[in-house]
Amino acid sequence: MTATAPGRAGPGVRKASAPPASGGRTGTVRRSLFRALPVSPAVVLLLLFLAGPIVYCVVIAFTDLQLTGQAQESFVGFDNFTRAFKDEAFLNAVWLTLVFTVLSSLIGQNTLGLALASLMQRASKPVRTLTGGIVVTAWVLPEVVAGFLLYAFFRREGTLNAVLDWLHLPTQNWLFTLPILAVSFANVWRGTAFSMLVYSAALNEIPKEVTEAAEVDGASGWRRMWHITLPMIRRSIGTNLMLNTLQTLSVFGLIWVMTRGGPSGKSQTLPLFMYEQAFQNSLIGYGTAVALLLLLIGSLFSVVYLRLLRTEV
Amino acid sequence: MTDTLTPRPSTRTVRRTTPASRRNRRRAAADAGLLVAAAAFVLPLAWVVLSALDPHASLRVKVPDGVTLDNFDAVLTPEITFTPLLNSLILCGGATLLTVVCAALAAYPLSRFRSRLNRPFLLTILFATSLPITAIMVPVYALFVRVNMIDTMQGTIFFFAASQLPFAIWLMKNFMDGVPKELEEAAWTDGASSFQSLLRIVLPLMGPGVAVVTVFSFVMMWGNFFVPFMLLLSPDQMPASVSINDFFGNRGMVAYGQLAAFSIVYSTPVVLLYVLISRRLGGGFALGGAVKG
Repeated sequence: MTATAPGRAGPGVRKASAPPASGGRTGTVRRSLFRALPVSPAVVLLLLFLAGPIVYCVVIAFTDLQLTGQAQESFVGFDNFTRAFKDEAFLNAVWLTLVFTVLSSLIGQNTLGLALASLMQRASKPVRTLTGGIVVTAWVLPEVVAGFLLYAFFRREGTLNAVLDWLHLPTQNWLFTLPILAVSFANVWRGTAFSMLVYSAALNEIPKEVTEAAEVDGASGWRRMWHITLPMIRRSIGTNLMLNTLQTLSVFGLIWVMTRGGPSGKSQTLPLFMYEQAFQNSLIGYGTAVALLLLLIGSLFSVVYLRLLRTEV
Repeated sequence: MTDTLTPRPSTRTVRRTTPASRRNRRRAAADAGLLVAAAAFVLPLAWVVLSALDPHASLRVKVPDGVTLDNFDAVLTPEITFTPLLNSLILCGGATLLTVVCAALAAYPLSRFRSRLNRPFLLTILFATSLPITAIMVPVYALFVRVNMIDTMQGTIFFFAASQLPFAIWLMKNFMDGVPKELEEAAWTDGASSFQSLLRIVLPLMGPGVAVVTVFSFVMMWGNFFVPFMLLLSPDQMPASVSINDFFGNRGMVAYGQLAAFSIVYSTPVVLLYVLISRRLGGGFALGGAVKG
């Protein structure tokens, strides 16, 4: 049969065992099409509801489309973008997004997840199960519920201040004075489990002999971590950082429930800014331009992530 | 050295040899560290459980003034709980079904047949898994208004399915790769079509994989707030993820006990589903591995 046509034949190709098909070259083409048929529902769905909106996003980012009372939007070129970079609220949102991402994803979730995973390697089973269960529960809860729980936690009359009071430490109205810190902690609370699971899997794959050999050689805990463990799980670290960052960039519900982006924009990250421009200010075109920027940043991370996985596809 | 000879941590004997006591000390330190973290993580969770049972719930964790189910009684009405939950079920159930069927169909040729389109297709899929869906919601809203699909369940279901599909295809393909081809080849020589062998041989053999994709898609959608928040408008269509905000918005005084009770009712299904599949797959959840490739 023609299963060995150039380009199609790779190592491991099954030759004679494919389902029976009518022979000949036209047969091959028809067979390829027939084989690809099951992919089509997925492709149609993806084109209509994912690729479509992305293309539409690119188009209306260059228009002055508004929510109401406008007969026809018109093409405005890069106006939305130049406007954004002069808009202090936008620059504020960019800065807060950066703070939020670095604090909660790069530092918080990633480090805490690694710390928990490596402690779990050594801890006793009941403690490991208990902690794992609690941390994962925080992750599985719906976003809005997590938002409410942490809203209650950080409120002036909430649990955090009660604990601080009990420890005789100064209390604060966290959601008012340091909202970005509060929402960052909320994101750490909610997202650490993912890093913990990824790192637990990675650490389990390190052969026992390696760490034991280092121990025999007298390497201290920190040195072992730095010189042996971290280099061995570096691929997991890369993957985890990428996915955490992408997830953090698109957090909306958590912040919306806790602070609505306020007070006066002090916790307004880019998704919330985008929403406000598009719906509170009715500037769909401007909001979409911001969305496009967010999408570009996301795609950039996505490409890096693909490079990390390159060998595996 | 002797380290490798001493029994594994399960031992109960505390021998006074140096490595063993060092190991015990280290384990105690690790336990202590984990317990501190657990205590910090559990506080917000404790609030929701205690407040739901408390007749006078406030915003802080405290021992309830008495245990009551009044809060549950108050929220378990058609208007507050059952309609939103039913909406969630229709929305997430429909979209999950669509996702899983499309993903299984798409994964089959990708896993079984070689084609020069496989690699670019998979790369595109993988690229799409990591796009921030939040970012395209404004244009999706504008598009849905234009094509008259705004505020419709089916429109939201289609979008949900499309947004979850890349990851579902990727997971499904990886699970499917784990089913040996030889089993199907026997069926092929007996004249079974590839659709038959997918349905009768491959999918039954990758039952746990299909379960993971299904549960994962469902859990992601069940908790998603932004998509229905943007694409649905009429209150009677709202799923629980959006309607929960009414406790703050419209009812003036916030009844924290009721909010907590509703949160528990709304969260329980996904927590249970998660426990179900994580048990089946042995704790670690295949997701960690699946995400790595």
